[in-house]
Amino acid sequence: MTINIKLFARFREQYRLDETEVTPAAGDAPVTAAALWQQVVGEPLPDSALVAINMEYVAPDAPVADGDEVAFFPPVTGG
Amino acid sequence: MHVEVREGPLSPWQELADFEAGLPGGKSGATASFVGSMRDFNEGESVVAMFLEHYPGMTDKFLRRIATEAAERWPLDALFLVHRVGEIRPADAIVVIGVWSAHRRDAFEACRYLIEELKSRAPFWKRETRPDGPHWVAGNTPG
Repeated sequence: MTINIKLFARFREQYRLDETEVTPAAGDAPVTAAALWQQVVGEPLPDSALVAINMEYVAPDAPVADGDEVAFFPPVTGG
Repeated sequence: MHVEVREGPLSPWQELADFEAGLPGGKSGATASFVGSMRDFNEGESVVAMFLEHYPGMTDKFLRRIATEAAERWPLDALFLVHRVGEIRPADAIVVIGVWSAHRRDAFEACRYLIEELKSRAPFWKRETRPDGPHWVAGNTPG
């Protein structure tokens, strides 16, 4: 299973990561977005983080599937 | 309905007028608009420039979704929404929203809905350049 991870704005700069492909760690439990963050970044997902799978907002514990694009970003500040 | 994420200049009042010129006259009794512009201060500090980052694909999709939701929720005749990305200078317009409807309540409420949904959920991030360097804006003020 391969997942495409994207980070934006402050997260991208803080963790020095723009985009990467990751193969989830083997295990029986369903792979969640928050678990992928932990695997890639090496620390828990911040409470304020927003998560999108395939460009749709999801909860951090949403399951991911092969080929998904999973994005992590800080609170939005447009307008 | 016109929804656009734009890298480049925005002339909100001229573009609202141009868009309205293409609408059938005599139908809309009410037009509500919102223009958001860049300040030259934030949190007590001066701001000399700003970069607006977005999530290509998701940002456009999200704006189209809230526009569709507004059109389903209120009886609208027309809707215009443009949001800039990239380099922005103080006093530049960042976002323009225009809503045309038969009556003012629907126009006001739909316009308010669009800007509040955009500010709280649309994937845009502001990085301000202040005298001491760049700062990511932490969050938007409540509406």
